[in-house]
Amino acid sequence: MWLFKSSVGRKVVMSVTGLFLILFLTFHALMNAVAIFSVEAYEAVCEFLGANWYALLGTAVLAAGFVIHIIYAFWLTLQNRSARGDDRYAVTARPKNVEWASQNMLVLGIIVACFLVLHLYQFWAKMQLPEIMGDYAASGEEALELAFGCWWTLPVYLIGFLAVWFHITHGFWSAFQSIGVNNDKWIERWKCIGCWWATIVMLLFAVCAIALTLKYAGGYDCIGAC
Amino acid sequence: MENSISVKLKIWRQAGPKEKGEFVTYELQDIPTDTSFLETLDILNEQLVERGEEPVAFDHDCREGICGMCSLYINGHPHGPATGATTCQLYMRRFKDGETITVEPWRSAAFPVIKDLMVDRNAFDKIQQAGGYVSFNTGGAQDANAIPISKVAADEAMDSASCIGCGACVAACKNGSAMLFVSAKVSQFALLPQGKAEAKKRVKAMLQKMDELGFGNCTNTGACAAECPKNIKLSNIARLNREYISAKCSD
Ligand code: SF4
Ligand code: FES
Repeated sequence: MWLFKSSVGRKVVMSVTGLFLILFLTFHALMNAVAIFSVEAYEAVCEFLGANWYALLGTAVLAAGFVIHIIYAFWLTLQNRSARGDDRYAVTARPKNVEWASQNMLVLGIIVACFLVLHLYQFWAKMQLPEIMGDYAASGEEALELAFGCWWTLPVYLIGFLAVWFHITHGFWSAFQSIGVNNDKWIERWKCIGCWWATIVMLLFAVCAIALTLKYAGGYDCIGAC
Repeated sequence: MENSISVKLKIWRQAGPKEKGEFVTYELQDIPTDTSFLETLDILNEQLVERGEEPVAFDHDCREGICGMCSLYINGHPHGPATGATTCQLYMRRFKDGETITVEPWRSAAFPVIKDLMVDRNAFDKIQQAGGYVSFNTGGAQDANAIPISKVAADEAMDSASCIGCGACVAACKNGSAMLFVSAKVSQFALLPQGKAEAKKRVKAMLQKMDELGFGNCTNTGACAAECPKNIKLSNIARLNREYISAKCSD
């Protein structure tokens, strides 16, 4: 199957899963924004996305997207390192117009993945997971209070957001390049759109995190947050 | 006005493919700044021969930027610090008096070192042999306007065809990917009616060969296009992806 046997195919998989994750992040940011305006509305969203069949299906598809993206990332990196060979250059210079993020996608991705584990622990493991298991599931507000009442949640989240921002500024246009939807005109356009997209979505996340921290600050000790 | 500079050349010396290599530093005095970089290596080699030492092996041929034989990774850049130029088009005025210039061979698993600064770029020939041509007899030259080709397509095909197969793209790439080279070779035909007949077969065969030879997966860092002496553009890679994906989908 060319999607894993050929280099272009492997990149198509990275591209499609990556675009899917960007789309997910966008919806996620919009739903978060609801929490700043009205806790009731946020609870309604949480209720809607409880452990219904469509929410579970969505979660499964999303998880698959993450897992495939991550597995392919390591696989591609290993192949690329061996293609490079064991001898490294003594002197290297990054040519201008080569983005820093583009050469550090794996490291950025690993930071994002670590952040994701914490995030899943703070929310998913307290909300959807217990509901599936039939245990007591925290409400949206309880989970928010628990997480953002702790002092270190905000700085850790902001670092995570920054890593995601860098990852998307390259990933966005790169995804279109990999599926061949690019040319001399569009390359700069995709880069520009990607940069704006990443900035708006990540700012939305950051604003939510800051607002929620201000709201719940000092509410819980950090042992309670975890 | 002619100036002269003295430089230290820190050169990778390696006796053979299996031998362990190391850097050796040579000092060169009073090199006129109008000397080309390859001539500077010639001067060094004359001195080495006079001293009874082994001269530095490096690739070169036309010395006018058209054959793609010259290589060298100079101070962290394939073909040196100049952009849009090959090593044979690089002059000593680019360097400062007293500067240490580090000269390395292309480093990529698919381009093993033969000796010193010379690497084996046979892999590119193999990719070309897999499909980088038109296999049917095109007969005598057509009347200029018998087959209409838009100016845009003609220009782009011409730009793609300017790839000299030097391998700087692979040398610059952190993934050792040959996508810029292959995309240029695929594009020069894909854009023209003469190349369309075999387009699908060609792109599949060349890409398969490229993967088989152990070149890496492109992650769109763009270092290749930034360092390419012929300014081959990244849009060629998008075209290659497009051609390949549509060829595979129509299988
Ligand atoms: S694409 Fe550029 S760098 Fe690569 S082989 Fe062709 S001319 Fe050399
Ligand atoms: S020697 Fe021919 S291109 Fe440099």
